[in-house]
Amino acid sequence: MPQPNSSFRHGVHPPELKKLTERVGIRRMPFPTEVVLPLSQHTGKPARLIAKVGDRVERGDKLAEADGFMSSPVHASAAGTITEIGLWPHPDGTFKTAVRIAVERHSPHALRPRIIPKWEGLTSRQLVAAVQDAGVVGLGGAAFPAHVKLSPPPDVTIDTLLVNGCECEPYLTTDHRTMVEYPERVQLGIRIMMRALGVSRAMIGIEQNKPDAVEALTRTLPADLDVAVHALRVQYPQGAEKMLITALTGREVPSGKLPMHVGVLVQNVASVGTIAEVFETGLPLVERIVTVTGPGVRKPSNLIVPVGTKLVDLLDACGGVTDDAREVILGGPMMGSAVADLNAPVLKGTTGVVVLTARDVKPPVSFPCIRCGHCVGACPVFLNPQLLGSLAQAGRYEDMVAAHLNDCMLCGCCSYVCPSNIPLAQQFRAAKVQLQRMKAA
Amino acid sequence: MTAPRWLITASPHLAAADSTPRIMWSVVASLVPIVAVATYFFGPSALLVIAAATLGAVLTERVFGRSGTLLDGSATITGLLLGLTLPAGLPLWMALVGGVFGIGFGKLVFGGLGQNIFNPALLGRAFLQAAFPVALTTWPTRTGEWWSLAGDNLAVPLMSGTVVDAMTGATPLGLMKFERQTTALADLALGSTGGSLGETGAIVILLCGMYLALRKHLNWRIPASILLTVAVLATPLHMVDATRYPGAAFMLLSGGLMLGAVYMATDMVTSPVTDAGCWVFGVGIGALVVIIRLWGGLAEGVMYAILLMNALVPFINRATQPRVFGSKRPAPGVT
Repeated sequence: MPQPNSSFRHGVHPPELKKLTERVGIRRMPFPTEVVLPLSQHTGKPARLIAKVGDRVERGDKLAEADGFMSSPVHASAAGTITEIGLWPHPDGTFKTAVRIAVERHSPHALRPRIIPKWEGLTSRQLVAAVQDAGVVGLGGAAFPAHVKLSPPPDVTIDTLLVNGCECEPYLTTDHRTMVEYPERVQLGIRIMMRALGVSRAMIGIEQNKPDAVEALTRTLPADLDVAVHALRVQYPQGAEKMLITALTGREVPSGKLPMHVGVLVQNVASVGTIAEVFETGLPLVERIVTVTGPGVRKPSNLIVPVGTKLVDLLDACGGVTDDAREVILGGPMMGSAVADLNAPVLKGTTGVVVLTARDVKPPVSFPCIRCGHCVGACPVFLNPQLLGSLAQAGRYEDMVAAHLNDCMLCGCCSYVCPSNIPLAQQFRAAKVQLQRMKAA
Repeated sequence: MTAPRWLITASPHLAAADSTPRIMWSVVASLVPIVAVATYFFGPSALLVIAAATLGAVLTERVFGRSGTLLDGSATITGLLLGLTLPAGLPLWMALVGGVFGIGFGKLVFGGLGQNIFNPALLGRAFLQAAFPVALTTWPTRTGEWWSLAGDNLAVPLMSGTVVDAMTGATPLGLMKFERQTTALADLALGSTGGSLGETGAIVILLCGMYLALRKHLNWRIPASILLTVAVLATPLHMVDATRYPGAAFMLLSGGLMLGAVYMATDMVTSPVTDAGCWVFGVGIGALVVIIRLWGGLAEGVMYAILLMNALVPFINRATQPRVFGSKRPAPGVT
């Protein structure tokens, strides 16, 4: 059994910066006048469009269906009329096909009445199909379709469900508030997932800096199931799948393999809560909780946001940005990416929006590597970022693969500790992209 | 066209507080007490010699280095450390030449900060020792007034002959090696002995090193393994023959060992990047120090021990890579 203080080796300790929103209760954002829903919001194939311009849609109506197994449908997040289907700024910096809906005034939160299946009566396969139909993806950032994880291939046996409540990214409090305010929903989601997977054991991992979340989930633990809450050491990246598995079970996911190969499935608490909602209310994934925070936001908040809300509307709902705001980051500050166009919408996988002022933005000045070895001591997967960095600068991408570039998860620990401010994680990301291009060519 | 409202930078968007210039300048700051101790014992000559070495290093960096690299502080460290390895009575021009050589041939020819294989201060010192062996081993004894200059400080460049007639004495290590004479440990610890400027005051150097280790500006494993190795090797030898082999405390406190272990071997650029490698590196230095001191032709061996191990750092790095998470082996060393 893991000790209460269990963790993984290496990693870093960035400032938590969660004070701004960790005690701010979740509130519901009013509907914006327009929502924009890209067909590609998840890992895998974009959804296939079934709606057309001019259609009047209700909240929860399907706009696009899953295109194959590695895909996930997209639903209307507000009632209104489709005004345009075309390219629209995507948070990843490109333009992607998206459905624009002019939202009706007084758009109802309620859905079109429909029959909600009782989950207790469903088989594992029916449960997974319902999860896919509701468009549930991982809400922790990567947006991996939930039903794919719930359908392990027949040669793989999963014995434990791990629920990820670490939220090790600084600033973000989405998962924290979810656990504090909706612990029963999280527990129901765990129950449903355990049934869908046929596992008898579940563990919830939460960093020790969230004692109220630990308390809430411990208080609501089911008496009839083997579910346990574990407080983990505060250490970045504790919430990285492989690190969490090691901390909770002592198992190590082999290089190039997935968590299921060591018999576990990891799901983020927000996703678990959403799965419960699907069966409680029939609500597909049309809204999510987003932390809007950072020194550049006037009123830092935890909001329930319709998927597809434009960032500009979301920031307005939080009092707008300060005059010296300079950078808007989607996700946490360690792994999140900056956006240039605030017309880009909130996606299913958007955990938070962090606005930094000019003072918080790192100066773009690098010094030569002094081989201090701080990066080597920080890398949670035991790579040599110093060596990888010099190979990247020399353009020796194949040699980087030999030096285990593919085991790098771009957590950013190396860049974070580098006293010479060398953008190591950025170089590794660029190398991965370049290698993919070379493979495609 | 106006500048775009929103910046785009790559993740991570946070950085630890340390920066390379900050590390370098805090090392410089930590050297101030050591320079002060040297000045207390050796008089203004100490300051002049250290200043001359630093001037040589800084000027060379300014003239031949890339623009702006003076501000990173690394040349200042090299100059100060080189100065601390020199005797108080050294002609100032020699100290200056040592600084020029250390930065020019110890660092800039390799490509500047981060690229050099050998510790530049020690390379400067090695050059001086080869070029001016007598001047480098002439240690003035403290006679006369504190403020009087020692030895040949003001000698004219390249002219032989002693300008000032001064009393000279041997170092504790020299006394031990060649005359079988020991020095009181208390004198060694405090620094009231003959020797180079930074060979004295082991306790102050150790305290400054602890400050740097706490701030993570040096890897404590390096000095710890060097000092432990020297102590572990010296103790049994001393028990066998106490007149030939000095005890552990004498070995640790005498000569340049403390300065070398705390400041020279821990130079980030020329030491291993892995923690395991730091242990290997330190044990190697400690063993070489003992071998050179006890069985070599020289009384002191810290400089050559560190330079030799510097050359092995790439191999140590390669051999001590940790096992990659989720695989059986460490990442293969690519060079």
